[in-house]
Amino acid sequence: MKVLTCVKRVPITGGKIVLTDDETAIRTLHLGFTISPHEECGVEEAVRIVEQSGGESVVLTLGPAEAEEQLRECLAIGADRAIHLVTDGEEWDPQATAAAIVEVVRAEAEPFDLVVFGNESADAGGYQVGIRVAYALGLPVVTGLKGLTVADGRARCEQESAGGRDVYEVSLPAVVTVLEGLNLPRYPSVPAKLRAQRKPVASSTPARPEPRLEKLRLVVPPGQGKQAEILGNGPGAAPAVVAMMQQIGVA
Amino acid sequence: MSVLVLVEPGDELSLQALGFARTLGDVRAVSVEGPYAPGAWAKTITAAAEGADAIVAAGSERGNEVLAHVAARLDQPFAANVTRIDGDVVTRVRWGGSLLEEARVHGSPLILSVAPHVHAAEPAGEPVETLVPDSSDESPRVVEHVAAATGGVSLAEAKVVVSGGRGVGSAEGFAIIEELAELLGGAVGCSRVVTSAGWRPHTNQVGQTGTKVSPDLYVACGISGATQHIAGCKGAKKILAINADPEAPILASADYAVIGDLHEIVPAISAELRKARGA
Repeated sequence: MKVLTCVKRVPITGGKIVLTDDETAIRTLHLGFTISPHEECGVEEAVRIVEQSGGESVVLTLGPAEAEEQLRECLAIGADRAIHLVTDGEEWDPQATAAAIVEVVRAEAEPFDLVVFGNESADAGGYQVGIRVAYALGLPVVTGLKGLTVADGRARCEQESAGGRDVYEVSLPAVVTVLEGLNLPRYPSVPAKLRAQRKPVASSTPARPEPRLEKLRLVVPPGQGKQAEILGNGPGAAPAVVAMMQQIGVA
Repeated sequence: MSVLVLVEPGDELSLQALGFARTLGDVRAVSVEGPYAPGAWAKTITAAAEGADAIVAAGSERGNEVLAHVAARLDQPFAANVTRIDGDVVTRVRWGGSLLEEARVHGSPLILSVAPHVHAAEPAGEPVETLVPDSSDESPRVVEHVAAATGGVSLAEAKVVVSGGRGVGSAEGFAIIEELAELLGGAVGCSRVVTSAGWRPHTNQVGQTGTKVSPDLYVACGISGATQHIAGCKGAKKILAINADPEAPILASADYAVIGDLHEIVPAISAELRKARGA
């Protein structure tokens, strides 16, 4: 099995989002970065598949030079090598992102059996890059997986739905998008992190096409910054809490 | 403007999308027959939408998925979870609702899903036209439904959710959270830190990448209030934060707060509830 997992570097936003002066990005000076939570499960799943059935697990990102940090994290989880499409930090829209990924997939000498995405990125939340890649490659796609079993050239895909799970079956090669909760990603060990530093990262610098969904400006929605009513300090506040619960009709 | 809207019978979010679409122009409401098959549905909808100025669906998992298929098929942009339209500029949700984006759509037809709860649901009114997908289509479809084991109060539908975060300290620490939830007939929730630490299963996780809840009361115990968590609980009517840190970001999203050690406060609330009930 040869598996590709696509990830995106996103800031860990913490408790409050502050924008840059030109209102086109989040101010990240004091923030750490990670990959979207859904993708973390995607990387873990790909590594497990390869541990079980052999093959190669590859991770790909389209992002600034600093995104190599996230690729190294994925390599520490157990991916074998990485592909970095280096940008100048400007965001790419979903169509441009998908097109760049398709080019990489097509350029591989030996084709991928499975291409894995997060169901949606934590930041842009476009819900579409994986599906666009599948169409361009002419592959079947199943989204929002909470369960995945790969055997005998087929993938059994489980999606949560009202009152249970819907099951899809597709033959490989295929594209899947996954959700957090698919598995519990491992914490990489120190030796794994050291090994990750020596694994290959192939980088290239594609040209950014004109966006067709063109970000103009970001806005922090109103409603943040409520003033909580302090009901008290310590266990002595319990009567006030119960009074509040009775007042709103839940106790 | 002529607008084709995908309506799933009985789905509240698609009736909201229908209400939103009616503000844009002349609406043609359609549903698709048969088991859910996003690729086949998108093919049918794309054919039916020939000549339409916009294609709209709910900002639900299905609505977003079907429209992404439609957009891929037509090679046109797709704006997910839109809250507002002004000409060719859409306002859409980012970061699970913690941020909005204004974006210009360069393409036609306009393909967009409507973010939940930006427009009131409207009755379909005139009968919804039923489209029949091509029976020879072989794109992936649901082949089996596995029923979930039932038990306990569902997190998404609970009237009260008592949630624990890093401050709970351990898996065992959740005993007091469970006790309070049970007394209130509610469900137990948790933050992402808790799931990652393995203290609770992911099915308990509230947040952007977990379950989105809308109880009458959400009790956040030892939860700092990262935007990723707030995205999952801001649908609550009231939020009570129990936190040792009076400066914790959760207080900016909470209606009520108690400052101090949750390990003392939560059992005290449970005891007070029992007392109030005369037990």
